[in-house]
Amino acid sequence: MQKIEQVTGRAVPLPLDDIDTDRIIPARYLRCVTFEGLGEHAFEDDRQQDSKHPFDDARYKGASVLVAGRNFGCGSSREHAPQALVRWGIKAMVAESFAEIFFGNCTSNGVPCVCVPADAVKQLATAITANPQEPVTVDLQALEVSCGKLKFACTMPNSARSSLTTGQWDFLAQLVEAADEVRATAKKLPYLNGFVSA
Amino acid sequence: MSGRQNLFNRVWDLHTVRTMASGQTQLFIGQHLIHEVTSPQAFQMLRDRGLKVMFPERTLATVDHIIPTDNQARPFFDLLAEEMMSAIEKNCREFGVTLLNLNDSRQGIVHIVGPEQGLTQPGITLACGDSHTSTHGAFGCIAFGIGTSQVADVLASQTMALGRPKVRRVGVDGKLHPGVFAKDVILHIIRKLGVQGGVGYAYEFAGSTFDAMTMEERMTVCNMSIEGGARCGYINPDQTTVDYLRDRPFSPKGAEFDRAAKWWLELASGPDAEFDHKVSLQAADIEPTVTWGINPAQSVGVNEPIGAVSTFPAEEQKGIQEALDFMELKELQKLRGVKIDVAFIGSCTNGRISDLREAAKIAQGRKVSSHVKALVVPGSQQVRAQAEAEGLHEIFKAAGFQWREAGCSMCLAMNPDKLQGREICASSSNRNFKGRQGSPTGRTLLMSPAMVAAAAIEGSVADVRDMM
Repeated sequence: MQKIEQVTGRAVPLPLDDIDTDRIIPARYLRCVTFEGLGEHAFEDDRQQDSKHPFDDARYKGASVLVAGRNFGCGSSREHAPQALVRWGIKAMVAESFAEIFFGNCTSNGVPCVCVPADAVKQLATAITANPQEPVTVDLQALEVSCGKLKFACTMPNSARSSLTTGQWDFLAQLVEAADEVRATAKKLPYLNGFVSA
Repeated sequence: MSGRQNLFNRVWDLHTVRTMASGQTQLFIGQHLIHEVTSPQAFQMLRDRGLKVMFPERTLATVDHIIPTDNQARPFFDLLAEEMMSAIEKNCREFGVTLLNLNDSRQGIVHIVGPEQGLTQPGITLACGDSHTSTHGAFGCIAFGIGTSQVADVLASQTMALGRPKVRRVGVDGKLHPGVFAKDVILHIIRKLGVQGGVGYAYEFAGSTFDAMTMEERMTVCNMSIEGGARCGYINPDQTTVDYLRDRPFSPKGAEFDRAAKWWLELASGPDAEFDHKVSLQAADIEPTVTWGINPAQSVGVNEPIGAVSTFPAEEQKGIQEALDFMELKELQKLRGVKIDVAFIGSCTNGRISDLREAAKIAQGRKVSSHVKALVVPGSQQVRAQAEAEGLHEIFKAAGFQWREAGCSMCLAMNPDKLQGREICASSSNRNFKGRQGSPTGRTLLMSPAMVAAAAIEGSVADVRDMM
């Protein structure tokens, strides 16, 4: 897979806390057998209730970095949520924190999610709002997020970071390689051997 | 068991296949459950790579999210839902996975079916493409909600890549007041620890309050671990667990059951078990609890005023005000007396037979308020059959509740059961997110099933203790 060491692009600010995956992609759009076409429905209900939603703001059209608040992506495990954001154009996310299942789904799709302190989210959102043309860089090697003169250290679990930077985020390929070890583990499990090994 | 290792780490170590290049663990998954919504793309991923399902007998499929709960005749009126039904039927046939379809008396919500069939057992690892998979932890297993890419991982390799979480012991001790249920306990825990307090942790729920609970009550508690940010939650197996599993269709039989039971009981975290973090709460402090906001931590006791906005941390105040505005509630307001439009009893949180029994006790001999639309949706066909054998459906129908077929129904707005416009729903489900119940502007008040029944009758949020 492609090595993902750095993402640079214009950003869209959404510095709210506890944005759940039902808001990212309303459940009615999960009635599908592929992930095609989800991008246009990202944040659909929020956008209908807020004419100034950043995802409808022409200044952020073409943005590829999402800047969000605390606990972004909480709730449902639906991979449709990162898929909708990716199809809208998002390639990396910066937030105060992420919900775990959402974070894992993003990593499986090659989308880096890095955490910065609340104050950095605020400063980034202010800078992007003031100048939406200013690109934001998420650097996974340096663990740094920058926007113009602003520069913040960011964090990311080492496992996700190394998977992305070494291009080994296709977990499925690695997992199936270990088929023999998987069978050996299964044999040791009490509930798979009539509880004789218990 | 003696020793310092807690159940979580013991089970994790047992299922570790290897350490991957990323440093994550390749973890064996003993039981995989799938449903129609998060599996079609996963099967396609296998097809695209020419992969098979590695252990088809260790995956079980059912249908729950998109199915109607009134008219289930095929083809469904909703053609998108019909397409998803056809997809899971075709995928299960092609890949050799057993499907509990609508015409199978074992069908139901995936998290109700697993335990009911005896597939959910202590000491196993379990995964399902649904965040409420944490439910199964009630049996002392490790159960993870996963995304679709991981569904593909488990199908193809019976494993997934995961970092080991830390383990927090959430202790609750003492006897619950009458009218306080398992739902109130977990809402209280989430209120105290927050919706992201559990990120990075597995929750061990331990203490005399959980020891006294039935398996169904324990499932309600573990079900909502994810609403507190914890990807999995569990309760140590004990004699209650063993008794529940005896004679279930997929439980071990005879001498094998005795060996299993011995092993299950030995897995439990002992008195010297170590944890990364511990918290302690008291059962006596828990009241019948109702949510007032747009996440499950935003709750109060039914007779307790919502806090003043100024009493919340400064960085949260804007969000608190937005939640109140969305709900059309005010700071310092009490929930009791708030008029409701819809009452929903069901879901993987509270759609089990004991939930219906508690709700029926309240409904018995009373009438649903004339302005309220009230639904009772059993969590599985077996729950439905048991309720009918006990005559609960007659009690509900006589009171003016609709009696439905098994499914996820109004918990999540993927089927015809939805709120309309600004309706307010007293709901026994698990999420009060904006738009969760199908209307983008609809409003949800989470509470126990008995409290939902009380609200349906009163026409507004009521204190169930007045009707007991």
